[in-house]
Amino acid sequence: MPLITYRDALTQALREEMQRDPNVFLMGEEVGVYQGAYKVSRGLLQEFGERRVIDTPITEEGFAGVGVGSAMVGLRPIIEMMTWNFSMLAMDQIINSAAKMLYMSGGQFKIPMVVRGPGGAAHQLAAQHSQSLEGWFAHVPGLKVVAPSTPYDAKGLLKSAIRDDDPVIFFEGETLYGSKGEVPEGEYTVPLGVADVKRAGTDVTIIAWSKMVSIALKAAEALAAEGIACEVIDPRTLRPLDEEPLVASVQKTNRCVIVEEGWEYSGIGAQLAYVIHRDAFGDLDAPVTRVTGADVPMPYAKNLEHMAMPSPARVVQAVKEVLYIE
Amino acid sequence: MANERLMERPATLAKDVQIDLLAKMLLGRRFEERCAEMYSLQKIGGFCHLAIGQEAVSVGAISTLQPEDYIFCSYRDHVHAIMKGCDPGRVMAELFGRDTGLSRGKGGSMHLFDAGHGMLGGHAIVGGHIPLATGVAFAMKYQARPQVVLCFFGEAAVNIGAFHESLNMAALWKLPCVYIVENNRYGMGTAIERASAIYDVAQRACAYDMASETVDGMDVLAVREAIGRAGDLARRESMPTLIEARCYRFMGHSMSDPVHGHYRTKEEVEEQKLKDPIKRYFEKLAADGLIDRQGFEQLDAAARRIVDAAVEFAEHSPEPPAGALYEDVYSQPYGSYTRSHQ
Repeated sequence: MPLITYRDALTQALREEMQRDPNVFLMGEEVGVYQGAYKVSRGLLQEFGERRVIDTPITEEGFAGVGVGSAMVGLRPIIEMMTWNFSMLAMDQIINSAAKMLYMSGGQFKIPMVVRGPGGAAHQLAAQHSQSLEGWFAHVPGLKVVAPSTPYDAKGLLKSAIRDDDPVIFFEGETLYGSKGEVPEGEYTVPLGVADVKRAGTDVTIIAWSKMVSIALKAAEALAAEGIACEVIDPRTLRPLDEEPLVASVQKTNRCVIVEEGWEYSGIGAQLAYVIHRDAFGDLDAPVTRVTGADVPMPYAKNLEHMAMPSPARVVQAVKEVLYIE
Repeated sequence: MANERLMERPATLAKDVQIDLLAKMLLGRRFEERCAEMYSLQKIGGFCHLAIGQEAVSVGAISTLQPEDYIFCSYRDHVHAIMKGCDPGRVMAELFGRDTGLSRGKGGSMHLFDAGHGMLGGHAIVGGHIPLATGVAFAMKYQARPQVVLCFFGEAAVNIGAFHESLNMAALWKLPCVYIVENNRYGMGTAIERASAIYDVAQRACAYDMASETVDGMDVLAVREAIGRAGDLARRESMPTLIEARCYRFMGHSMSDPVHGHYRTKEEVEEQKLKDPIKRYFEKLAADGLIDRQGFEQLDAAARRIVDAAVEFAEHSPEPPAGALYEDVYSQPYGSYTRSHQ
């Protein structure tokens, strides 16, 4: 299987879906002539033209709403947020319009729209450009929320998201774009709402998604050297959440660490911990522990930023805590 | 001048069309009077915003459309829905929160939807639907469909960012959308002079080099002509227009707001009522010899019969079944969520 980047896997998904369905189009800031701020849409303007690859003015609420309206009457928009940090301006359209349209119209208007773009912190981008907002969107009924961790998952999940008839919020890891992984040449999809075991183990379950999967895997590798076998599970889709494999893993390992890049307070990890307690309380040998981003706006200084982010070392420490080793 | 792009349109209407406009305004008026009554009887809950006094705008504008054209509305949407062809019984049933309602009781007064009649919804965040209408116009152009989208909103909505963002894109991309400001002078209880740096709302179109027009929103024929011209521009040249229809609501902002109070005087409301679009239009038709008082009474009686039947239908319709609670959150079932079978 070819080894390609997460970025190129996403581009393949966009290209293949645009070739497959003439109602699919891509819209956002700099997606066309500039070839995408993060180059995910490289080559698409040349292949599909200005009708289907549309550069917008800087107007997140406006073009998110254009996406929703076009989806009401049969198109399948892919709306790129240059980064999710800008999505707050589009929250009214995403939450008040996209998420609720099917329900408040009594089932009449589906919104088959994907809103996608990079999320999470990168390298010293400071408070307004370093946020993991998946918890905000996963809170809202009517939205589906996806956060792939590998190039394989990124391509397969994006294709599924584009074909889905509901609004899908698609978080790409900003620092994952250059990461490489095996991606088949042929057509495949990864279904929404199906978790994946990224590493099998018997001693502790680590739940992580997006960029945090690589952090978790690094920690698991380090712990393996000490004879501790971690199971790393990636939900891949945060809503709908594939609860059963998460619970089954904890029932096997009896211990659970959740790794989340976003803030701890009201984060996704709080929901995951609830699910584990609800369905596997009797199997737990230790309280569920969370490793999250620090509860602060992201600082600029390199050392402080490092301290604010989950790291393999913090995951190792959390695993040892639930094993009562330290 | 952007206005020069608007095309001329013959003003002579067949008699039956002229009479029909009166019949439609009467239906809208009687329907909403009954809404007020049903609200006070607590048959209708939530917020209920009536458009009594503004019938000439919705009736005049929507009378220019083809069945395949689309409309978007704000939360003051009852008359617009009926004018677009929605069944009055199903509109009333929606207000009653019944399963037979346009939105199966999930939307209520502010969220009337009817896919079969191109009614793309009442939307309850001020101006939040303006980008949606722009998006539908985008889709019309994308698919090369010669349709037009009318987007109704109040004058308060022109101050939000989404208005500016939408009109900029519509003009930039040449989208077939007609933006209709129903300027009833008050955004809830705040007069336009206290909220808007520019009094002449239509002037804002110059910021986008967009065609625009200010029209007497209490004159159904004037509205019809202006929207007809704008619709032609949309259909033939795929160009947007901003229309400001100056009108007045005779009722409060919603049923919880008195007709007059802190923000406007009884005298002002009474003075505006002299320009009642129905009374004024009837007098014009009578002067033209097209109808007499008896003819008016017949139209009125017919409107009341439709409204009676609508209330009767709503009263005897079932509430949504308990299973509807988790229906239509997603288009495919998962977990506790199910899908209705429309």
